[in-house]
Amino acid sequence: MKLEVIRPGFAATVQDLGRPGLAAMGVGRSGAADRGALRLANRLVANPETHAALEVTLGGLVLRATGLTTVAVTGADCPITVGRRAFGLNAPFTLRAGEELTLGTAAVGLRCYVAVRGGIDVPPVLGSRATDTLGKLGPPPLSSGMQLPVGHDVAGFPAVDLAPRPALAVEPVLRVTAGPRMDWFAPDALATLVSTVYTVSPDSDRIGIRLTAAPLTRTRHDELPSEACVPGSLQVPPSGMPILFHADHPTTGGYPVIAVVAEEDLDVAAQVRPGQRVRFRAREW
Amino acid sequence: MTGLPGRVLPCGERAVLVELDRADDVLGLQAALEQKPLPGVIELVPAARTLLVRFDPQWTSLSRIRESLIGVSPVDIPPVAADEVVVPVVYDGEDLADVASETGLTVAEVVSRHSAGGYVSAFCGFAPGFAYLTGLDPVLHVPRRSSPRTRIPAGSVAIAGEYSSVYPSASPGGWRLIGRTSLPVWDVDRARPNLLAPGTRVRFSG
Repeated sequence: MKLEVIRPGFAATVQDLGRPGLAAMGVGRSGAADRGALRLANRLVANPETHAALEVTLGGLVLRATGLTTVAVTGADCPITVGRRAFGLNAPFTLRAGEELTLGTAAVGLRCYVAVRGGIDVPPVLGSRATDTLGKLGPPPLSSGMQLPVGHDVAGFPAVDLAPRPALAVEPVLRVTAGPRMDWFAPDALATLVSTVYTVSPDSDRIGIRLTAAPLTRTRHDELPSEACVPGSLQVPPSGMPILFHADHPTTGGYPVIAVVAEEDLDVAAQVRPGQRVRFRAREW
Repeated sequence: MTGLPGRVLPCGERAVLVELDRADDVLGLQAALEQKPLPGVIELVPAARTLLVRFDPQWTSLSRIRESLIGVSPVDIPPVAADEVVVPVVYDGEDLADVASETGLTVAEVVSRHSAGGYVSAFCGFAPGFAYLTGLDPVLHVPRRSSPRTRIPAGSVAIAGEYSSVYPSASPGGWRLIGRTSLPVWDVDRARPNLLAPGTRVRFSG
């Protein structure tokens, strides 16, 4: 069984839960930007949560199945059609041999996940099938004509028709805790961070979400020796505009990290679109 | 020495960053934490002056990790001869002449000083397998290029600041290119993908 990529859409990659624990060799975690959505998509087709699926940015993907299979789409709310039939988000459905699955443009959210029963079975690299767009590991991004092998390993039989999910927030609030270099900023920088409405910049990607607003004021301007970063780090380059490090972030960085977004909120951050507004809230410090 | 020669900085809810007073203590602290692991610690990531300590919040907490770390002293890392990697270099890099003129040396002197050094991989970052090697002759400490190159071939031997490195794969980069090696320092299909893992001793032979 294979999935054939007819059109990849704006940007689509193979993702699983990534390569945690290899940062000391310069390899980042990578994996799905919205890990919860990937896990849910896998559960809906009764895959182990760790299986690889497709991460599709803004939709636009067209796929053809070479055999009968079950698929599910989660994450960003995009129209899902197979021929003239429409399907809903967060619900498994059948794709027959030769049928084409089309994802329209997402109306809300940025990334949707297409899981297929058995998982995308490309060869793993360092234990993961994820495409790391910065570290250049894993399969190349999807392109027209690409044949994606589908595996056989499943966790059981699909057992639910629909997984109700709350709607994505229009103006999400991301919880932050202290970063290692808070003392490189003006004393009111934290107050500024949590009281400012940031706009997501169009040059955001899987590596980082670039945010624009009034700049944060740095009080130390010396060069910071490279230090390891975690996903969710809010790194502040000399421009004062924070970059939220996401799935494919560099393992080390040379700009001070003022705060770190809670791991649970990274899935929310994965769904913010360019032009959308986000805010931060300080968690217990 | 007793106790931590540095400070523990918060880094979100699942990690702390230990900033050491001396860069030489980074790998020593990592070795100490590998010899006697703290409960709940899942990953250690060394860098120039810091060691990132990631932990599982289901097993431990920020305050417990912080308290435990304050009592940890770096240990001496026994040098292991078998760990030395020799990198054969053809010294014909595009920036060799510039490095020579900036340092007031001849090209031959740059080459002999670079190949005479005993290096240690301090940490990896920037790209998979990209090792920051300390031990570069201070005379060869030159800044990065003001505008990075868009593509540097894999195997390029380069210097910048206090470090030398080998580009593990083709990538953009701002370091000064002084030579190239045929030794693949990074290969995901190898049992040990990263030849220049932190702590590895390295020599360049011209």
